[in-house]
Amino acid sequence: MRRARNSWVLPVSVLLALLLGLLPLPELLQPLRPYWLALVVAYWVIEGEGRQGLGFAFGVGLLADLAFGSLLGEQAMRLVILAFILQRFRNQLRFFPVPQQALAIGGLLLNDRVVNAAVHLAMGIPQLPWSYWLAPLIGMLLWPPLFVLLDSLRLSRRKAG
Amino acid sequence: MSYSPAAPRSGDVAGTLRLLAFLAISVGLLVADHHGEWLSRARAQANVAMQPLWWLAGLPSRLGRNVREDAVTRGLLAEDNHRLRNELLVANARLARMQADAAENQRLRAMLDATDDGRMDVQLAPILDIDLDPTRQRLTLRAGSREGVHVGQSVIDAGGVLGQIIGTTPTTSTVLLLTDPDHAIPVEVVRTGVRLIVYGQGRADLLRLPNVPLSSDVEPGDVLVTSGLGGRFPPGFPVGRIATLAPDDSRAFLVGEVMPTAQIDRGRDVLLLREGRGPLPAVARRAAGWTAVGAGVARGGDVDPATAAAAAAPAAPAEAAP
Repeated sequence: MRRARNSWVLPVSVLLALLLGLLPLPELLQPLRPYWLALVVAYWVIEGEGRQGLGFAFGVGLLADLAFGSLLGEQAMRLVILAFILQRFRNQLRFFPVPQQALAIGGLLLNDRVVNAAVHLAMGIPQLPWSYWLAPLIGMLLWPPLFVLLDSLRLSRRKAG
Repeated sequence: MSYSPAAPRSGDVAGTLRLLAFLAISVGLLVADHHGEWLSRARAQANVAMQPLWWLAGLPSRLGRNVREDAVTRGLLAEDNHRLRNELLVANARLARMQADAAENQRLRAMLDATDDGRMDVQLAPILDIDLDPTRQRLTLRAGSREGVHVGQSVIDAGGVLGQIIGTTPTTSTVLLLTDPDHAIPVEVVRTGVRLIVYGQGRADLLRLPNVPLSSDVEPGDVLVTSGLGGRFPPGFPVGRIATLAPDDSRAFLVGEVMPTAQIDRGRDVLLLREGRGPLPAVARRAAGWTAVGAGVARGGDVDPATAAAAAAPAAPAEAAP
């Protein structure tokens, strides 16, 4: 009952994350674009009551690969790794205060960049400029508002119901 | 919030296995996509499905651009509007002038018809130069003896008599205007037939009418036409309208001011009258630069032999005889 009521938040949030990832940005702001998809996936893995796991992350990643035109499997792999680590520490993370969560997310996003760089290196694809390493910082700063927003969206329906 | 059962150990193992499986699939896809071509087709299919997403993602920037373009377009429109308004004003002014031209044209045609009834040929001559000086009121026409212009011809325009030809060169001719201080023209009052002489006084808008006997039946507003006396000007052409009449210094005569009906200081063309010449065949007149009027070659029975001969002659000789 309650899950059915909240079901719209998940696809909408994923779609919005995809759109935000695709949104054309000025050249200068491009490197600062946070990895929205990772943030959304992280939220659902942490707060999704255990139903959204590696398969969810993989699916979203494949979708993102198709949408962004990156190598098929690249983002799928990154998100799967992210989701796996989050699942491992899910129980701890759930009881962290939001700022601490943000720090952990920042670390995960940084790790994601490392994975990304590794994939690029392994595939012989040119590396992204160094400025792209600033994105995890932005993502970390965005985590608290995003978390509060998604939580309120998810829970307001529940209260109303 | 309390709903968070601790993951069992076996779940950890299963999770790791699933991670490995997903990683294997990802790497497989990566390698396949990077090195092989067989995925490109699937990709193309997927791209079609992704079109709406891309369209959505591009929407904000497109909207922004549209708004920007609209703003620019608005500015351009305002500018255009301003410019077009100005152009409309100019065009209206032009139109008004053309209407004036059309009206003048009509008057000229009416006059041509009138002169044609009196069996007088007219020649349209463009004005080359205007000399409107208090002591010299002259026009230079772009028509000379080569076109058959000769000294003594009367010059008219849509309104009435303008003056007379006082000199010609092969290609140009000089008109002494009514308004020249040296010019005088015999006139009669249409209403009463009183004969008077109107003098120029060096002003383009006023003629002088001196020495009117106190007893003569003349009033302001009377229309003056050429009387034909003196033989220089054919009778019946309007000269002017009396504007004022006042006793002169001696109190023995009246002095009047006459507003010429001809537009002395306006227009680009004048008509040269040529009395006593029968109308030429229309073709010949056109060829010679004579304005064609819709007159027949031989009108009625009152055509004199010379006119008839001229009319019957082939175009070339008629044209050559000035």
